[in-house]
Amino acid sequence: MSAYLIAICIIGLIYALLAIGLNIEYGETGLINFGHVAYFAIGAYASALLSLRGVPVSLSILLAGLLAAVAAIPIGFAALRLKDDYFAIVTLGFAEAVRITIQQEEWLTHGVQGIAAIPGLAAGASGNSVFLAILLLVVLCAMGSVYLIQHSAFGRVLRAIRDNEVAVVALGKRTAGFKVKVLMFGSFFGGVAGAFYSHFISFISPEQFVALVTFYVWMSIILGGVGTMRGSLVGSLVLVLLLEGSRFIGDFLPGVSDLQVAHLRLGVIGFILVMFSLYRPQGLFGKGGRA
Amino acid sequence: MMLDVSDVTVSYGPFLAVDRASLQVGAGETVGLAGTNGAGKSTLFAAIAGQIMADTGRMVFDDHAITNHPAHQRARLGLCRTFQVPREFGRLSVLENLLVAAPGDRMETMWSAWFARGAMRRKTQQLTVQADGILAMLGMSGLRDLPAAGLSGGQKKLLELARVLMHRPRLILLDEPFAGVNPVRIGEVMEIFRRLKDSGIALLIVEHHLQALKALSSRLYVMDQGRVIAQGDPAEVLASRIVQDAYMGGVL
Repeated sequence: MSAYLIAICIIGLIYALLAIGLNIEYGETGLINFGHVAYFAIGAYASALLSLRGVPVSLSILLAGLLAAVAAIPIGFAALRLKDDYFAIVTLGFAEAVRITIQQEEWLTHGVQGIAAIPGLAAGASGNSVFLAILLLVVLCAMGSVYLIQHSAFGRVLRAIRDNEVAVVALGKRTAGFKVKVLMFGSFFGGVAGAFYSHFISFISPEQFVALVTFYVWMSIILGGVGTMRGSLVGSLVLVLLLEGSRFIGDFLPGVSDLQVAHLRLGVIGFILVMFSLYRPQGLFGKGGRA
Repeated sequence: MMLDVSDVTVSYGPFLAVDRASLQVGAGETVGLAGTNGAGKSTLFAAIAGQIMADTGRMVFDDHAITNHPAHQRARLGLCRTFQVPREFGRLSVLENLLVAAPGDRMETMWSAWFARGAMRRKTQQLTVQADGILAMLGMSGLRDLPAAGLSGGQKKLLELARVLMHRPRLILLDEPFAGVNPVRIGEVMEIFRRLKDSGIALLIVEHHLQALKALSSRLYVMDQGRVIAQGDPAEVLASRIVQDAYMGGVL
């Protein structure tokens, strides 16, 4: 059982890392990124492929994050030209393009068959505990670096862009640079999250990187509170608990097939999300008012 | 001339919003721009400030050809604007609104956020002193720590002005600065503009409040249907036949 709990915590923290990345893009800067899973996928594949070619796992995780950050640059340039909703659509399309590319480029990614036997971070019986500890450390570092940004002149400009970008430009600032940097930063953590995911699960295939992952991350941000990093952490853990906990619905409802349980789980989460948006729109840790 | 706009045209599809408009503002001069709704004033403003790119024409600011400059570069030269509908940073405090406005590229980086916090904090303290001075001059010290979204319409107008002043502008484009301002406070706002003029800042004011424009500006332009139809001494321009006609003959 405790092994199961550790596994849930690891998945929860991986989602937290994704949520922290997305939350600085949306919560601080107002960028609606519906393609966050692309960086998760890029990170996962990059770290898996590198480590299978003999690169030490700790290094491959870092390289995966950097590669994801670089992959954010084209999306950053799209952000300069497009308004919120159009940008959102482009990111959604970008993520699908990344997934389909991974599926098609079989020489590198083995296509739909996926990549198996990805080395773990730590071997042995306590491997997952060590994994959890390292991951927790990374999440804390991410939260710390974001905290410093939030309490800085850089962060102040980000929030100003979120509130009124035209005015920021009229005050003599090139907002383009800020947006590209933020997308690179958020994507870095998306990539690192993907790397941890692949080393934990040890098998990755394109179907694990569908748009639903992005929306799970959005859900955890909404649950936890837009713009708060504590919210990202707790929201992700709550979401994963809900996802896992609802797995047992089938035990209480006789005569329901596994497939129906899977749909029920999403229904339950949707219901909770609706309740949140009605009665606590600012999330668990948000500061009053609608975000 | 500090600002020299010549033959600027802006069209939205087939509609000619600004039609070969020209205007000049001298150093330290206060110039008014009047006209009925839809005359093209705000569009011309946006073309000067760079929110809209002019289709044709030339603009020179302070010996820089700014016709093709993006908005942020024009602001950096000291050509700053306020907006008709205030664009405050609603979830930032009034003070933070001002701090964002200060030119501060070197400390507004991730690097500073992580590794140069001491320098950043010192710079922020300096800017806070400057901001407090501006807020005091505008009589807004009491609002300093409130979120900007909670201000009244008139206060938001002043906040925009305060923000622009943080930028140390040489010419401010004021887009309907009296709209939404409580009538009893219009005198105070005019006094503020006079003080800005005394400190050497040039002003170009778009306004419907013609009496205020007349009192403040040394020259006045009037636009109608995208064209500048009259210019010169404010009293004479407002009394002229062509302007009277444009205003449907009567309200003046």
